[in-house]
Amino acid sequence: MQWHTINEFFAMGGYGLYVWGSFGVCALTMIVEPILIRHRRKNALRNICIND
Amino acid sequence: MINWFKYSSPSSFYPLAGRLIPVFWMLAAILGAIGLYIGFFIAPTDAQQGEGYRIIFIHVPASWMSMFIYCVMAFWSLMGLTFNTRLSGMMTSALAPTGALFAFLSLWTGALWGKPMWGAWWVWDARLTSELILFFLYLGYMALHAAIDDPRRADRAGALLSLVGVVNVPIIYFSVKWWNTLHQGASVSLTRSPSMASTMLWGMLIMALAFWAYTIAVALMRARTIMLEREATSEWVKHLPDVKEIA
Repeated sequence: MQWHTINEFFAMGGYGLYVWGSFGVCALTMIVEPILIRHRRKNALRNICIND
Repeated sequence: MINWFKYSSPSSFYPLAGRLIPVFWMLAAILGAIGLYIGFFIAPTDAQQGEGYRIIFIHVPASWMSMFIYCVMAFWSLMGLTFNTRLSGMMTSALAPTGALFAFLSLWTGALWGKPMWGAWWVWDARLTSELILFFLYLGYMALHAAIDDPRRADRAGALLSLVGVVNVPIIYFSVKWWNTLHQGASVSLTRSPSMASTMLWGMLIMALAFWAYTIAVALMRARTIMLEREATSEWVKHLPDVKEIA
């Protein structure tokens, strides 16, 4: 392993902004997408109940 | 012999998808954890790019997925136009937003990689430009589909768009060969051994599998929701246990 301290890990050899900017946005969108679908599903289920 | 056409009807596809979703979420989480561990803790520092190259572990899998999802959409579109099955259009529209997300992530991570390595967030290079077109094709599909009220007509129009647009996928793939690009050539190819350390390659491949599992899980979730929306008045939907729970 090439990291000796946690700070070194977050610094990413000076590329921290770019590396974490990439992984951060990737993680965020992949968390938000299923939440949005859940929301859409709940709405769909509610509409079925209203129409019944 | 599995009767595939049985699952092309939403009423039998819906419960099957429901059972598969947690399996693919588990796979995505496990593979993602392994891939990230390899990517950050096992893969060595790159000789030329230092730690900045670690963006590869999401950039390449996201780019692959963006192209692959479009091909799957084109496949479903062809099936839809040929057999006129309801499921095809639902699957195509279930995949489009996730494909758009991966195309966006490919461009976003590419920009964050390009800035420190090339000195530019963006260049009008053949690879970058064709990937941007792919992103617009996804958005175009979604806009076209949303603009037509009748879902079956929207499916047919969208199917045509995705079939025409699929020519862009080989253009993206071969762009680094056909044109002089700033973007580097393929790191992984079928005809020669990969030009990277094996731990880097493994990290990338496992992340790609994690993205696959994620895509399947999310696309199935969205497909199920689309079924509920479109078939809200049909008997099978009214008798679903999910609906009874809410009522």
